[in-house]
Formats: sequence, structure tokens, C-alpha cells
Amino acid sequence: MPDSPPRPRIRDGVRIAIPLAPSPILFGLAFGVLAADASGFGSLAAVVMSATTFSGAGQFASVSVLDAGGTVVAASLAGIFLSARYIAISMTIASIFPGGRLRRFAESQVIVDESWALSGRSGRFEWPILVGSGAFFYVLWVVSTAIGTVLGGVLGNPNALGLDAAFAALFLALAVPYLRDRRGVQAAALAAAITLALVPVAPAGVPIVAASAACLVGLRR
Amino acid sequence: MSRGWIVVALLGIATMAFKAAGPVLVGRRELPPRLRACVDLLAPVMLTALVVTQTFGGDEELELDARVVGLGAAAIAIALRAHIVVAMFVAGLATALVRLAV
Repeated sequence: MPDSPPRPRIRDGVRIAIPLAPSPILFGLAFGVLAADASGFGSLAAVVMSATTFSGAGQFASVSVLDAGGTVVAASLAGIFLSARYIAISMTIASIFPGGRLRRFAESQVIVDESWALSGRSGRFEWPILVGSGAFFYVLWVVSTAIGTVLGGVLGNPNALGLDAAFAALFLALAVPYLRDRRGVQAAALAAAITLALVPVAPAGVPIVAASAACLVGLRR
Repeated sequence: MSRGWIVVALLGIATMAFKAAGPVLVGRRELPPRLRACVDLLAPVMLTALVVTQTFGGDEELELDARVVGLGAAAIAIALRAHIVVAMFVAGLATALVRLAV
């Protein structure tokens, strides 16, 4: 029999994910600290959001809009628009999930950018790597969020410490990798223009939701 | 139910559905290319809008204040390939220092 690489197991997924552990830990701590103090939010809501949404960018987006005084609809849509990329991501790996619908639903929840990227590292997507790394990140994310909410209580009011600018820095850091191609830059510039134009005339949250229209740049060939 | 919990529920349900969309509903198919391009652009678009509101957003007005310094400091940190959390810390610290000084 010809040598073929051994089929990876779930524990291989965990092992491969360990070097990336600082990311969900630090990010989760930061989310816990910031969300527990955000207006309209609290420690329990922060932890439940991490456990159910499990997507840093969307969670930070919704909480920051809420904290800025945006409506429930605007805050939800901001996060939902950011999560929309999972439609495309989950379709690329749809065929690797075994079992019935319920099992596929449960296992699909560990899809995040990092577990998805790791699972495709060998050139084809591998289910054990996705589930092993994703479950590992999930536990770190939820536990770190919980610890962050406790730390936040100790630190006092992070708003006085520049919370608003820390949010801005977060979104900038997350946006940068998308700005490598011309269309990404065009769409981002249009979004910035829409937002700047609407902030002085529209209630908080509305400019963000309206800026989503800039994604229609993608319709151009 | 408070505002926060409604957001937790809506974002949670939507994100769970998006993650399950491929594996449970549609299987391994591709989105139509133009729709895919729009979906792909949603992330940079929303993130940029959030950078703008977090930096310049006031109570229905644009404001230029200490946050700009924080964002500039973060931009430098990001250019130097700092971890996201480090960039956030740098931004918060720079902003807090400017607020103390002014």
C-alpha cells in the first residue's frame, strides 16, 4: 500500500491550534472588559454573547454601537452584517461535515476565521482539524470573556481610560487585512464617506447601517 | 428584556444560522460571483464605518478630539505588526494621556 499521510484526529486540531491560543485569550479578555462596562450591557450578557455568537468582530461591533447610544436594530445589524461573511465561509467547507443535520449544525458553530484557516492548511479542508481547533478556541473565548468581565470590575471605568479609541483601534486592525486589493479600498473609502456624511444628521447607529450599502461596489465587474 | 439581551439574541441567532448555512442548508455550492463579492466586502465596509464613528462620532455631530491621537498611535502599532490587543491598549493609553494633559 502506498504511503499516504495519516488521517488527522481531533486532538491534532487542538495541538495545531495551541500556538494561536494567545489571540482568543487576549481578545476574549478585552471583549469581557469592554462589554461588561458598555451601556445596555452587563457581564452575563457578555458571556452569553460569546457563547452563542462566537465571533469577535461581530460582537465588538454590536456592543460598540449599543454603547454609543445606537438603537437595538442598528446594534444588531452592525454585528449581523459583519457575521454575514460566515455564509460564504461555511459554504466552502460544507462537504466535510459528517452525520445528520443536528450534528452538522452543532459542529458548524465552531467555524471561526482561525479554525477555518487551520482546517484548510493542507490544501483540502479537514474536519478533525476544524472541530479540534474550533472547539479549543471556543472554550478559550468563552472563559476569557468571563475572566475579562471580572477584570473589568476591578479596573473600574474603562471609558475614562480611552475605551472609545480602543474600539476604533480594534476595528482598524481588523479592517487592514481586507484593504490589500483595490476594490476593498474603494468600498472602505465609500463606507467612510457615507458614515462621515450621516453622523451629523442621523441618530447613532444609522450611519453604520447605511454604510453597508458600500458593499454594492462588489456588483461592478 | 433589556436592550442588550435583545441584541445578544438577534446576533446569536443570525450568526449561528450563517455558520450553519453551508453545512446544514445549501451544501457545498458557490454563491453567485457578484453576490459573493458583495458579501466579501461587507467586512471591510462595516469595519471602516465603525472606525469612523468610534473616532469622530459625537452626539449627532463630528468631533475632533483625543481619540484621533489614539487611532494614530494604533495605526503605528498595527504598521509595526503589533497584536490587535496591543494596538487597542496603545490607542486607549494615548487617548487617556491626551485627556489627562488637556
